Amino acid sequence: MAGTLDFSPDDRYNAFITTCLEVPFGDGALAGTAVAVKDNISTTGIRTTCGSRILEDYVPPYDAHVVELLREKGAAIVGKTNMDEFGMGTTTETSAFGPVRNPVDPTRVPGGSSGGSAAAVAAGFVPMALGTDTGGSIRCPAAFCGIVGLKPTYGRVSRYGLVAYANSLEQIGPMARTVEDASRLMSVIARYDPRDSTMLDRPYDHRPSADIAGLRIGIPEEYFGEGVDPRVAETVRDAIGILEGLGADTVPVSIPGMRHALAAYYVICTSEASSNLARFDGVRYGPAVDTRKTWHEAYQELRHERFGAEVRRRIMLGTFALSAGYAGRYYAKAQVARRNIRQDFERALRDADIIAGPTMPTVAFRLGEKTDPLSMYLSDILTVPANLAGIPAISVPCGRVDGLPVGLQLMGRQFEDERVVDAAFAYEQEVGA
Amino acid sequence: MVSESDIEHIAELADIGISKDEVPEFTTQFNAILDYFEVLDTVQGESAPAAGITNVFREDEPRPCLSQEAALANAGSTENGFIKAPRVM
Repeated sequence: MAGTLDFSPDDRYNAFITTCLEVPFGDGALAGTAVAVKDNISTTGIRTTCGSRILEDYVPPYDAHVVELLREKGAAIVGKTNMDEFGMGTTTETSAFGPVRNPVDPTRVPGGSSGGSAAAVAAGFVPMALGTDTGGSIRCPAAFCGIVGLKPTYGRVSRYGLVAYANSLEQIGPMARTVEDASRLMSVIARYDPRDSTMLDRPYDHRPSADIAGLRIGIPEEYFGEGVDPRVAETVRDAIGILEGLGADTVPVSIPGMRHALAAYYVICTSEASSNLARFDGVRYGPAVDTRKTWHEAYQELRHERFGAEVRRRIMLGTFALSAGYAGRYYAKAQVARRNIRQDFERALRDADIIAGPTMPTVAFRLGEKTDPLSMYLSDILTVPANLAGIPAISVPCGRVDGLPVGLQLMGRQFEDERVVDAAFAYEQEVGA
Repeated sequence: MVSESDIEHIAELADIGISKDEVPEFTTQFNAILDYFEVLDTVQGESAPAAGITNVFREDEPRPCLSQEAALANAGSTENGFIKAPRVM
């Protein structure tokens, strides 16, 4: 089965930063399957830029654990996908390599930050791709491009070799056109790796089942309220109706901590980013710095020149949120809010087996529509809670508004990724996706 | 609220470099975001240690690692097998 795959897509959506023309592959469950990998996941010998000028020429000397697993199973890694710089964005417009266009409507953004992976899958360049999800970065572009994306339970997929942005929130996960393919990719990447000390040994070995009779689906009012386009809410309610038709029951649940979720998320992720991104100093990797200058001069000059505005803004926000006199008000409070949200989900998931709502409050934005950082942040409101709680969440296409895809988001208990996959599969099979 | 000089100070602490003409816009955006963060003042509850989570330790034993050549491959300036950095003092 081993061989070489020729790969030369007409990348009119700018989905890739790097493509590999001739890709050798081995035997295994994914033998010869083209898989695209987000460009913040390390690949030996293939440059890994994180969508940033500061890592423009960085070629990792080692593979991420998930990449080792892909290679072992015979996957052909055909390229590295475009992304918001260091994952910081909801549209893939902050990439230093230019924005990605949405294959459904090229005047629209694909969502972010894994917009390149979503576009590559939606355009049919690859059947499956890896993304990463810190606050919605797999589910948002999956919803906007009309594909399937799973953010696994925190601790289920190794982060070894993932260039860190916000460690306590992010996970690598599968993106594909069908739930079955997303599940197949998940079963390859969810394998224990002692090099990620936040991992638990809970391998994913699952074939999706469409039998959801008796499944209790929690409907949180907070996911259908203010800020959510009523037509998106309606489309998602119709999709939940289809699950009811398959024998599932709905129960109202409440996540009162949602009102703090977005602020808590942005305080925590920027704080972690300010520490993580301190390593980009141009010394161990990156362009040569002028060693005749002082450390701070050389460091500031390089980072000013090579980081985009959103990355610099988030590093500054995190620096501020952690600084003396403010850490109690911002960082400590955000951690309390995070714990409250986790408890809200635990409570809700006692009355329900999964929780359903829209993935995104709207359909895909126009390119250039979101110019103000805060309004961009606000669009993450429905995805960040799953990251704060560490629970699995999947987005599955569930119809269109104005011709643009809408995503149904299904969230589950920690380590019950299988259950959200099954519910998504049941929906997909029923509507004949 | 933060002032323009606060923004310059934070940029200095964060070592990200900022030019004069960027300061007003960063300040405006920062204040809009901090306004939004004020909702955290209404968070109820005290911080408590996380329950049900334990540290994962391992023995501190030598294990295979990158060769010196591989470790230096991405450095912009090297000298005699070492990484060359700007002066600190």
